[in-house]
Amino acid sequence: MKPIFKRILFFVILIGFWSLGSALEWWSEIIFPSPLSVWQSFVSGIEDKTLIYGLIASFRRLAIGLSISLLLGTSIGILIAKSKTADDTIGSILLALQSVPSIVWLPLAIMWFGLNEKAVIFIVILGGTFVMALNIRTGIKNVPPLYIKAARTMGAGGIDLFRRVIFPASIPHVVTGSRLAWAFAWRALMAGELLSTGPGLGYTLRYASDFGDMSLVICVMIIIGVIGAIVDQLIFQRIEKNVAKRWGL
Amino acid sequence: MFLTINDLNKQFIDQNDITNTVLQDINLNVEQGEFISILGPSGCGKSTLLSIVAGLTSATSGQINVDGHSISKPGKDRGVVFQEPALFPWLTVKENVIFPLKKEMSKSEAITHAKKYLKMVQLTNYLDHYPHELSGGMQQRVAIARALAMDPTLLLMDEPFGALDEQTRSRLHTQLESIWRDTKKTILFVTHSITESIKLSDRIIVMGTQPGVILTDIKVDIPRPREDHKQEMIEIEEHVMQYLKKEIDKVVSGEL
Repeated sequence: MKPIFKRILFFVILIGFWSLGSALEWWSEIIFPSPLSVWQSFVSGIEDKTLIYGLIASFRRLAIGLSISLLLGTSIGILIAKSKTADDTIGSILLALQSVPSIVWLPLAIMWFGLNEKAVIFIVILGGTFVMALNIRTGIKNVPPLYIKAARTMGAGGIDLFRRVIFPASIPHVVTGSRLAWAFAWRALMAGELLSTGPGLGYTLRYASDFGDMSLVICVMIIIGVIGAIVDQLIFQRIEKNVAKRWGL
Repeated sequence: MFLTINDLNKQFIDQNDITNTVLQDINLNVEQGEFISILGPSGCGKSTLLSIVAGLTSATSGQINVDGHSISKPGKDRGVVFQEPALFPWLTVKENVIFPLKKEMSKSEAITHAKKYLKMVQLTNYLDHYPHELSGGMQQRVAIARALAMDPTLLLMDEPFGALDEQTRSRLHTQLESIWRDTKKTILFVTHSITESIKLSDRIIVMGTQPGVILTDIKVDIPRPREDHKQEMIEIEEHVMQYLKKEIDKVVSGEL
């Protein structure tokens, strides 16, 4: 059986079991709504555009935050790959910063920027920057010395060598870094929105929770998961695979 | 004299503060258009010597002159072909070959130029392929075309066919020989294969190890193509072997 059929069958069984459990009242509709109510929440959310506005607002923040974090992360990565002093100083705290979930910065962010969009974007930026920086550093440090030697014999040096050889050679790590930065930023965004202010998917989730609308809660959770999986598998993993093939990895 | 190497020494100090001599008192003169092989067992410093001529490694003392210029850093007057093809995997064959030409000519000029050298290595059908789509032998031919495209006066080759199978190697020998005949480049060719050096070169510089020194300089006076002169090739091989045997024994006993 093809993997795609196995997958479809799996979801059919999963949703079937869920419907069955709801129909036979193995659990209460209030604490765990049936697939049908979740679907109805989804349809009405699309019809009254709450979900659409939420999605657009979230993606706007994500786009701003992720772009800044990719740029910032790349700059820091290049700096610590190229300067020993920077690596010994900034480099040493990066791993520690990376281990701190960026959402724990929210209280500070709210103090600094107020309870608004800026605070959430700040959290998103922190979510993506460090992992990007670490990957860029690894990428640059692992450029095969032979490429650099060959380029030097062909008259390349300085900025030219960096632009034409070192950076392109580290593209596989740039892609991995971006994929991880996206994943961290997406999680940070949802957490940030959940705890701060709307509109946004995360905010819709909290709003639904405040009103005890568990079917909308589940609906938003599924949307968050599906978007995450689509971006990761259909976009990043595909690029990663192509790059790995061309780069001969 | 086109290439002169005078009293070249290369030493390095290892972790135990012991001075290791890689190359000792290397002197070599090469005429323009000569095909020179540098032959020696592993560890004799032949690749280091080539790397110093390329400007990638610095010598401890001594002088190298190419075409009247003293050498201290890499330059486009010296094209290098490494044992690994060293092509850039993110560029196509064509883009790899025009890599060194970007600064001095327009893109269309560079492409015309690249095509000329890719024709020389018979790869014009692979202009838009990526390196990972080519075999090892084809990749190495692209690397040769890339080095030639800079139009260097000196071509430095560091065991360029060492990683290839016997048949491919033999075909590339023929191709390299005709490229050399057509372009009249001076070639410095590092190898550990006696047959390869006899088949290709005008002179064989035999090197000994620990420290790396030049043992002898043998002129190969056999008409080309040399496949037709097996007997003379065997005589030279025996001659070279007399020098090398002692060195190989030295390496082997060191390893045991």
